[in-house]
Amino acid sequence: MHQRSIVKVGASLLIASLALSACGSRGSSTSSPSSGNKTAVIGIMAPLSGNLSALGLGIQNSVMLAVSQANASNAIPGWTLKVEAKDDQGVPDVGKNAATAFAGEPDVAGVVGNLNSSVSQSTQPVLATAKIVQVSPANTNPSLTQGANYTTAPVRTYATYFRTCTTDAVQGPFAAQYLYQTDHITKVATINDKKTYGEGLVAAFTQEYKKLGGTITDAETINPDESNFQAVIAKMKPTAPDALYYGGEYPQAGPLSQQMKAAGLNIPLMGGDGIYDPKYVALAGTTANGDLATSVGAPTDSLAAGKKFLADYAAAGYKDPAAAYGAYSFDATNAIINALKVSLKGAAAVASVRQATIDALGKVSFTGVTGPVAFDKFGDTTSRVLTVYKVASLKWVPVVTKAFK
Amino acid sequence: MDTFIQQLVNGLSLGSLYALIAVGYTVVYGILQLINFAHGEVFMIGAFGALTTSLVLFNGNTALWTLPVMIIGAVIASVVTAVLMERFAYRPLRHAPRLAPLITAIGISVFLQELVRLNYNQVPFTNWNPFNLPDAKSLIPFPEIDVVTGPAFRVGGVTIQREAIFTIGALLVCSVLLWWFINHTKMGHGMQAVSQDQDTARLMGIDVDRVIVVAFAVGAALAGVAGVAQGLQNHNIDFHMGFLAGLKAFIAAVLGGIGNVAGAVVGGLVLGVVEAMATQYIPGQFGGSPWKDVWAFILLILVLVFRPQGLLGEKVADRA
Repeated sequence: MHQRSIVKVGASLLIASLALSACGSRGSSTSSPSSGNKTAVIGIMAPLSGNLSALGLGIQNSVMLAVSQANASNAIPGWTLKVEAKDDQGVPDVGKNAATAFAGEPDVAGVVGNLNSSVSQSTQPVLATAKIVQVSPANTNPSLTQGANYTTAPVRTYATYFRTCTTDAVQGPFAAQYLYQTDHITKVATINDKKTYGEGLVAAFTQEYKKLGGTITDAETINPDESNFQAVIAKMKPTAPDALYYGGEYPQAGPLSQQMKAAGLNIPLMGGDGIYDPKYVALAGTTANGDLATSVGAPTDSLAAGKKFLADYAAAGYKDPAAAYGAYSFDATNAIINALKVSLKGAAAVASVRQATIDALGKVSFTGVTGPVAFDKFGDTTSRVLTVYKVASLKWVPVVTKAFK
Repeated sequence: MDTFIQQLVNGLSLGSLYALIAVGYTVVYGILQLINFAHGEVFMIGAFGALTTSLVLFNGNTALWTLPVMIIGAVIASVVTAVLMERFAYRPLRHAPRLAPLITAIGISVFLQELVRLNYNQVPFTNWNPFNLPDAKSLIPFPEIDVVTGPAFRVGGVTIQREAIFTIGALLVCSVLLWWFINHTKMGHGMQAVSQDQDTARLMGIDVDRVIVVAFAVGAALAGVAGVAQGLQNHNIDFHMGFLAGLKAFIAAVLGGIGNVAGAVVGGLVLGVVEAMATQYIPGQFGGSPWKDVWAFILLILVLVFRPQGLLGEKVADRA
């Protein structure tokens, strides 16, 4: 009797687990190869779920748009491109698993990712060992391309890693110059979320701001899992800053701005590209007007090629907007495709030309939707254009676009 | 001095939130000796209930009169969740070894989190979203109700936020109602009796099953109110907000003496004030916001070492 029930339970468990493993797999792919063509896969690693999914889904859709345009125009004769997306959830361990999965697939020609600098720190070594090129549309921490001592002795640690957006070594000082010289604000408090991106951005900002002659009245940190910042705000308020510089992303920055103004500290919050998203305004509420952010590159719709990208994106009917990094992801994908045009010529399989792809990617130069796309000897983009945005009537509007000197 | 009072106000407001949730833990423990780890999720569902009421019935209108309806919506959502939880998950395990309901509670906690995260804006396994609810996979902004949100009051050098007044006021009102319920109604007396000795209470003619359901419902109602307060304070809600708040509230309940309702309130307030003071006054590397939780839990450990029954708990003799 007892044995019978064990067999019944065991059998039903076995069948159930087989059925469950059959339905649903992580990631998605598009378009099957037409007959005779070989397949090359372009991977995506971004937060497709969770708090930063607004940015991650924009990245995913932009890569898919670039690949479908390339397939339609037969960009690489004899080869069809496929897309495979993996969710890194903005968490380093999950990103590492995704990178390991890509590293084990012989058809993966290049990966666009990650969004978070902290996640890229985990995925860079994995993809570098497998010699798969990785182009990030959004990582801004300088140490990813220039090593841990990037201020004094920059050295390129991973030959496979490139990025289409500029770094915090440029973004932080750009914000410092804007606040000090344009807005004439001399006392600033800083808060960061202790993650790689936020900490690095605030450090770069603080260095330049002090050099210009400004005072940092208070430097605090918060825990990104928290939602109640009253204690930190109360600690910061007596030091009377005229602005708050925040290093981190919009899920914390929005509530921080709202709680700060509700507590009576009516100063603008300025952040980096991590807060430049419409969701920031939704979370910061009705008091968001006056907040500032910097973001890499010129506004997408200020360039003719950018306008065409946005029109194509809308025509493709994606549910989520391109967000801050859509245009950069599009250019990152096209950079990989341009490199593959060179390296896959006459090649038998993707895995055999990995080194040639790396070399070709270092040499690409074309005009993308964000402007000219090319990489320097560290893998950083050669364009150092940044824009300051301000919240006006509860929307982000560009204020000034400049190349940083 | 101003900073001290400021952080005291902050601490009381944070602590009131913990106290409202802690009462739910303590009431259930007093009767069933079960730590309901899923209570944090009841709090989260209360907040989502308030949001849904606001979006569906009022289309995001922020007038003050919508607030009582939102609170009722929150209470209904959390009470229904708690009663269903009790009926289908805990009652069958009433006579099982102690570990089984505990693990079940953790399982329900995960289940409810994922249920809200995946299915808040669509009926399960379909794509149907009749009321156009927002996606719960990331933070959702909570409506800013007039009068209870907005610019803060300045009293001397201290800024008192409207949401803080709402939270502390809610705790006072709920405490008074709870005190009256437990001490001056028949059901309340029944709850006291069942928490003292379940079998004798049954022999006296008290419907123990009904008392247990009411205990869950009372705790859930307070958690629902706490959900609305958290939504107003933080201006956003998240499917994950129940985890940390529930953990802290459980700590508060233990700090005050688990099983003791007054202890839960005191424990919650003490925990909130210690967190706020630790942020402000501990200098240097071990101070500030990231370390405040550490100091709060160090306090908990010290209290339990010297007074294991909690601040207001009674020493219970071990059975021989």
